[in-house]
Amino acid sequence: MTRTASLAIARTVGRLSRRLGRGGGTSAPGKVLLRMRPGAIEELAAGLPMGSLVISATNGKTTTARLVAACMGAEGWRVLGNPAGANLLSGVATALLDGSARRPRPQVGLFEVDEFALPEVARRLRPRVLVLMNLFRDQLDRYGELEAIADAWAAMVRDLPGDTVLVLNADDPAVAELGHGTTRRVVYFGIDDPSAALPELPHAADSTRCRHCAAPLAYDRVVLGHMGDWHCTACDRRRPAPDVRATRVTLDGTTGLDLEIATPDGPVSAPVAVPGMHNAYNATAAAAAAIALGIAPSRIGPALASADAAFGRAERVRVDGREAVLLLAKNPAGANVTVQTVLLDPDPLHLLVALNDRTADGHDVSWIWDVDYEPLLPRLERLTVTGDRAYDMALRFVYAGLDRERVTVLERPEAALDAALAALPDGRTLYVLPTYTAMLGLREVLVRRGAAEAFWHDS
Amino acid sequence: MAVLRVCHLYPGELNIYADRGNIAVLRRRLEWRGHTLAVTEAGIGDPIPADHDLYYLGGGQDRDQLVVARDLPATKADALRSAMADGAVLLAVCGGFQLAGHGYTAVDGSRMPGIGVLDADTVAGPTRLIGDLVIEAELEGERRRVVGFENHAGRTTLGPGSVPLGRVVSGHGNNGTDGGEGAVTGRAIGTYLHGPLLPKNPWLADTVIRWGLEHAGGAAVTLDPLPDDLEESAHAAAAARAGVRR
Ligand SMILES: [Zn+2]
Repeated sequence: MTRTASLAIARTVGRLSRRLGRGGGTSAPGKVLLRMRPGAIEELAAGLPMGSLVISATNGKTTTARLVAACMGAEGWRVLGNPAGANLLSGVATALLDGSARRPRPQVGLFEVDEFALPEVARRLRPRVLVLMNLFRDQLDRYGELEAIADAWAAMVRDLPGDTVLVLNADDPAVAELGHGTTRRVVYFGIDDPSAALPELPHAADSTRCRHCAAPLAYDRVVLGHMGDWHCTACDRRRPAPDVRATRVTLDGTTGLDLEIATPDGPVSAPVAVPGMHNAYNATAAAAAAIALGIAPSRIGPALASADAAFGRAERVRVDGREAVLLLAKNPAGANVTVQTVLLDPDPLHLLVALNDRTADGHDVSWIWDVDYEPLLPRLERLTVTGDRAYDMALRFVYAGLDRERVTVLERPEAALDAALAALPDGRTLYVLPTYTAMLGLREVLVRRGAAEAFWHDS
Repeated sequence: MAVLRVCHLYPGELNIYADRGNIAVLRRRLEWRGHTLAVTEAGIGDPIPADHDLYYLGGGQDRDQLVVARDLPATKADALRSAMADGAVLLAVCGGFQLAGHGYTAVDGSRMPGIGVLDADTVAGPTRLIGDLVIEAELEGERRRVVGFENHAGRTTLGPGSVPLGRVVSGHGNNGTDGGEGAVTGRAIGTYLHGPLLPKNPWLADTVIRWGLEHAGGAAVTLDPLPDDLEESAHAAAAARAGVRR
């Protein structure tokens, strides 16, 4: 079949699935296209004159992509991105297909890619810049083990074109190891603010052994999870000196943060509209990506300041006259930073926790026992739990020490949202902590009530 | 009011399936009845006491499990065997189950020896057995449904010295072929069930607590019932996920 015919058929699939309301048609056209033309990604990517930037991580892909998009937009570049949730090979193919029909044509690709799908996507896309941010334990039943992903990434990095620039998190030992001994250009980023330190490694910390020699790692400073100023206790591996480093991080409650970042090209300082230390990492990664693309620091700061939250990621909505914040929490590390972020609110806390166990969430819900929910207990005024596995979440809090009479279980998300909102005192915020599909479900309710924008508007 | 002494083996290495959830359940279900849990954590290189009531061994990533397999015979196996002979309880989950047996033969043929407290042997299979797992367990003649999740590459077969913890109702179990799940010898239990195991299975939790208290006090124990409404609802939700209804 000719290229033109293949593209036309795949686009028709996109229009049909959009009309049927299946997730906005963000993956199906690409799947069809790749079946008809296996080389479609390579062909279509060649049509982007400035090449592509690819972002992967367990946590923070979507927010970081949004921040990088703001930097690219500030340069006046026409950006082609993939929507969050369409981050496999088929999602990237769909985005490229859509981009090829756009006039004027997009100049640069910006793709967030699932960490498991990344090696195949990178092999086909041959990115100009590859941003690798973190590896946390996630959805074990789907991914097998963490080490296997780190091995697959290492093999991928060896096979990348020589001119691909790597942007690596110096503070994550498994990610930093990917730059060891390479001759290609590497831009390391990290957090260098001594006040941003935890007293000890949290329970859910992964990857606390050296990737090179398997000896235990030691930390002079822990910033988040297993990330910080690390060194191996047996061999010469240690945190590389970051090129782009956040020298001051000021957390501004649950609304945002202020950053001062040192870069080889000059300082960046910016308020960012997403809260918590994890977002300090996301913003620093975005700044490092922009530096790798040659964007001037004077442009990066205002661009970071102009970006708003991605959908479901610290997204603030008004619903029925009350305020709610959606904080996606889909794995132990992500949930831990969410808990820490919620605790920045000085008022007694109203929480809605939604646990699903569908494919995109992971069928195994045991990860909730690795989350440190305990610091919430003395601050909780009201807890509502919902979702397919609402009772598992209820047990998690009861065995943490919460009186079982104080947990409200409502399996239907909409009923749970209504009950939680009804119990919310004036002027307070409801914090909603959903897994991925639970977030999509709750957002559907919010969209229906005019409190949030539909998913496919967000790309 | 009694104190149940638990020795938690390798909490830093064997913790991949939320094993601390199982410890939290032991703690609360004792406290709600006026008893106390005292936990001794033992890591790589630490010798362990032989006089505790319950020993807990969780699951880990492959590399951590190798480190543990080297350490077990050097610092802990003798004390564990003598504690078992004395009637203490062992709860071994996933990788811990494999290590409590005779050993594990990897795909490349290399052998990771276990401690042989359970008459079980494990060989790596070509695929991982993953998914919801429901069994009909039998302990002391009482049969109850036990639910959870399994995720293991090992195929485990039992010798005459152990009986299965239960019969697979839905899922794979020890090896996906003989219908058995887990292994029991005396008061040592090995199982592939996690999720974690104890929060949604209060009957099993109370059985090991009772055994532990009997070891501590040297006499038969009857536990007061607890309100298990949330536990039973979570149990039912997990069973429904596996396609098994009451
Ligand atoms: Zn090392």
